[in-house]
Amino acid sequence: MSPHAPGSTGNPEGGGTPQDARPAAPASPRAIAWARRRAALAAFWRSYRRQRAGVVGLVLLVGIAVMTLAAPLYTDESELRAVNAPGGRLEPPGTEFWLGTDEVGRSILLQVIWGARVSLQVGVVAALLAVVLGTLVGMFAAHFGGTLSWLLMRLTDWFIVLPSLVLAIALVIALGSSRSTIIVAIALTSWAGTARLVRAQTMAIEGRPYLERARALGAGHWHQMSRHVLPNLMPLILASATLQVSSAILSEASLSFLGLGDPSQISWGTLLERAFHAGAISYGAWWYMLPPGAAILVVVLAFTLCGRAMEAVLNPRLRGGQ
Amino acid sequence: MDIQPTTGVPAPPHGESGTPGGDSRHRPAGAAGDFWRFLALKASGAAVSLVLVLFSAFFIFRVIGGDPVKAIGGDSAMTPEQRAEIEERLGLNEPLSVQFWEYLRSVFTLDWGTSYVNNQDVTALLWDRLPATLLLTGTALAVAAGLGVWIGARAGWTQGSRFERVQVGLSLALWSAPTFWLGMIVIIVFARYLDLFPVNGMRSARGVGGDALSQALDVAHHLVLPALTMAAVIYAQYVLIMRSSILEEKGNDYLTVAKAKGLRDDVVRRRHAMPNALLPTVTLIALQFGAIFNGALLTETIFSWPGLGLLFYQAIRIPDIPLLQLLFIFFAGTTILANLLADILYRFLDPRVRTSA
Repeated sequence: MSPHAPGSTGNPEGGGTPQDARPAAPASPRAIAWARRRAALAAFWRSYRRQRAGVVGLVLLVGIAVMTLAAPLYTDESELRAVNAPGGRLEPPGTEFWLGTDEVGRSILLQVIWGARVSLQVGVVAALLAVVLGTLVGMFAAHFGGTLSWLLMRLTDWFIVLPSLVLAIALVIALGSSRSTIIVAIALTSWAGTARLVRAQTMAIEGRPYLERARALGAGHWHQMSRHVLPNLMPLILASATLQVSSAILSEASLSFLGLGDPSQISWGTLLERAFHAGAISYGAWWYMLPPGAAILVVVLAFTLCGRAMEAVLNPRLRGGQ
Repeated sequence: MDIQPTTGVPAPPHGESGTPGGDSRHRPAGAAGDFWRFLALKASGAAVSLVLVLFSAFFIFRVIGGDPVKAIGGDSAMTPEQRAEIEERLGLNEPLSVQFWEYLRSVFTLDWGTSYVNNQDVTALLWDRLPATLLLTGTALAVAAGLGVWIGARAGWTQGSRFERVQVGLSLALWSAPTFWLGMIVIIVFARYLDLFPVNGMRSARGVGGDALSQALDVAHHLVLPALTMAAVIYAQYVLIMRSSILEEKGNDYLTVAKAKGLRDDVVRRRHAMPNALLPTVTLIALQFGAIFNGALLTETIFSWPGLGLLFYQAIRIPDIPLLQLLFIFFAGTTILANLLADILYRFLDPRVRTSA
């Protein structure tokens, strides 16, 4: 049943792929390892390039990242403050303000560009935290077994089943809303999927002969995990993290929309919340609500496309379609 | 093949086919007649989960959860006597262990306290709002599941076709769109500009006459937009799940046999591939029950649909702790029970689970 069955080749670290070029001259083990890694990376890139949707997603992401990081270079941050609002109230899109203005006269386009900073930051950091937590739990449960692992997996099941947004809302209310509590709440409610995935994959890896060899040579738990299991898990974790970013961005938007965001900061979710409460619907101000949501859609879609393409490259089950 | 079969993001764990009690396969499940042991195992698991929900509700809302006194008093300044009086009333001056005991007692006596806002009994509020949520989620689920499974199966069956690419692209886009944003767009287009449906609420404010038919039609008219908005996101997940599970079945021998018998392609898909592909889908759909509450919360907020989601949203703004606590327990508990039900149902649907030792 498990798509990540034992014997998944094609991991950049999965020793023994045919592409492994052995250098002719005797080299240090480290050099060999690096050569192998480079070759695996090149092989990964070759297969990734064939995933058209994945390439589109990647191009979108790079473009958005550049636009977001370079925002201070081509926009004026001070115009984000309500007192400096340059335009009139709820102006429709025109030549001066390409996407119109909000209820105090600030440019929507400017706010969407600056909102990307918070949305992306929260999304990426929360996803990273969730994946790290999920990986630790999954590896621990798979490696050690026993009652504690059983309990950990029950906890994982519990988190998978619960309505994540409801739980995240409860956490944010309890901890008080700020950027960091939102990150923590999203991470705490979204690690469980990764934990289950990592556990299944770790168990598959631990059955392989080279781990038996490592154990026979006296490798400790730490060495086995960090040197043999984790490198093998890495590609899978990366793909999972990419997909996690999309759901984290959506969660952040939902939390902010429900009024739990940091009111002093502009994110896409808080923009939509303000649009909703400023009566953009009854005013017919479509330019106020269309751009932030479209931005969320594009970024989430881009991360999803990349994640799916990575999964497709790394998972032989999915690749084996033809 | 540019978009690969995966289940999309809310990704039910790819790992172990995703039963919440994924481990049941590893344990000796017993013989075919051993249904009761299976039931006891699953039920005890669900009971433990429920207890965990009760503990976490207490922990989140009482131990780390802000200052209820401030929530009641609002921004107005309070004298220490007033503070003490409110604390006394809420039992906040008791030690935590006593509070926890009181909390457990309230769980079993079903006395969940009164709302901070209007002193209404929160349990009554819950029962009052429940039918609206059931109507909305039920309609959305029926539309999404029916359409999603059908389209997903067709898409998986014709892998590589234009139809498949369009459907998968559409589903991915729908999944990536925030529910509440979709709702806002839908309102602006269909309610404001085209004026086909009411903007929000569940009944017309003016009233539509006393007879049951026109009442029902009025509610149905209000239901269309929120139900479609909510269905859109769930639909996308079902398409992706069903598609990948059809893809898993596609290479199997029994399908070649069916084709070799000369059955029409359509019959092979509907009669042979679909029933098998539906099995993993049932589990995955069960795992998504939680996501349905997420959707209901956002949809009801946008459309002012007077259900539990809107109630939860209004409670967030206060924050109204007793109400939030009850709704949290209700949402989580319902999800756990729904999963238990799906587990049991799965056993009846899939004979392999029953017979495999």
